[in-house]
Amino acid sequence: MKPKSLVDIGDYNKEDILRILKSAKEFKNNPNLDLLQGKVCASLFFEPSTRTRLSFETAVNRLRGRVIGFSDSATSSSTKGESLKDTILMVGNYADLIIMRHHLEGSARYASEVSPVPIINAGDGSNQHPSQTMLDLFTIYETQGTLDNLTITIVGDLKYGRAVHSLIQGLSDFNPIFNFVAPDEMRIPEKYKLLCDKKSIKYAEYIDFAPEAINSADILYMTRVQRERFTDLMEYKKVKDSYVLYNDMLSESKPNLKVLHPLPRVTEINQDVDDNPKAYYFQQAENGVYARQAIMCDLLGIKI
Amino acid sequence: MSKELQVAALEQGTAIDHIPTEAVFKVVSILQLQKLNNRVTIGNNLSSRKMKKKGVIKISDRFFEEEEVNKIALVAPNIKLNIIKNYEVIEKKKVTLPDEIVEIVKCNNPKCITNNEPMNTRFHVIDKERVILQCHYCELKMEKEDIILK
Repeated sequence: MKPKSLVDIGDYNKEDILRILKSAKEFKNNPNLDLLQGKVCASLFFEPSTRTRLSFETAVNRLRGRVIGFSDSATSSSTKGESLKDTILMVGNYADLIIMRHHLEGSARYASEVSPVPIINAGDGSNQHPSQTMLDLFTIYETQGTLDNLTITIVGDLKYGRAVHSLIQGLSDFNPIFNFVAPDEMRIPEKYKLLCDKKSIKYAEYIDFAPEAINSADILYMTRVQRERFTDLMEYKKVKDSYVLYNDMLSESKPNLKVLHPLPRVTEINQDVDDNPKAYYFQQAENGVYARQAIMCDLLGIKI
Repeated sequence: MSKELQVAALEQGTAIDHIPTEAVFKVVSILQLQKLNNRVTIGNNLSSRKMKKKGVIKISDRFFEEEEVNKIALVAPNIKLNIIKNYEVIEKKKVTLPDEIVEIVKCNNPKCITNNEPMNTRFHVIDKERVILQCHYCELKMEKEDIILK
């Protein structure tokens, strides 16, 4: 039997997600434990990453596990033409768990099919990044005390944003209400509206960053509008400036509102928001460590 | 006009009739007929009352498993296979798309792992009526007109 892996947030059902979030909460209270003592975790980053790699490696180190691996494919044998399968089979003989980021889409699914040890997908091209979704869900759960019946306003690039798509998928069994705020060129794809319809999820679409989309929200999830998605530079500048959050825009928002962002942020959240207690994006990034500790222990069958 | 047969009758084997002309050689490729030692007759652009022009393939002494022929539905969803014994059609088989297609279709995403590793492709058939496939690996959806055989 193949070991359980985390390739896609859709691989986890509601119970799986809640189980991991509960254990992430315990790791947040006590992140330094001996749970991975004697375990070797391979961190295979065929594509560079800062936040994801460092938070995974921090997660392992705080649990007394050891990390092997590479942070750039230039230092791996893939530059010699080794197939992904061969690399995974080899590393799978050394390590107890493989954390992998790869530029090719579907690489993590394939790795999970050939690997003798669990694979954690740390991003496969523009396809999936489920540990990001898990930390987003954990942050929502932590700040709201529940995942059920929340109003989530998502702003920015809803067309190409991988984090956005997986978040919608991850929340889909928790009866959310979504407000989608995006320029016409970056509206939420039909596929996700169909998913909402199928699961009887209420949603509204906004072209303007309207006050009601902020004031009705429990979570305001901001994303970056990427310049490379635009062919017309003037259009980009116009769009970029219309989806910026300033502190005064939060004055009428709900007391429990938290502002999240998968980071890196550019200009879409003005610096004047940072000191508002509703700004929670740096704590969200910190939560990545605990969510990843929970995912790793869950896959290895280690109970906290 | 004489009623001369356009393709010789088959004593025993499989006859695939009413193949859209553009799909004939794709059917050959899907069934790997080029590798058979049996007698294979391929006719194309034959006149047809129903379709004006059609293709026909007859394979002597060869009967196909359902799993093999169902793949044909990718390129010719409405054809029927005639199973022939002693010059008589003893069964007419319809083709239906399977739930999963392994190996014969190429993924159209150049960044998909299947286009960069020596491995099989694998697609889930998510709409059998409209022929929509989804790559098991990169999750790309492909409609009938975008499907390219390997």
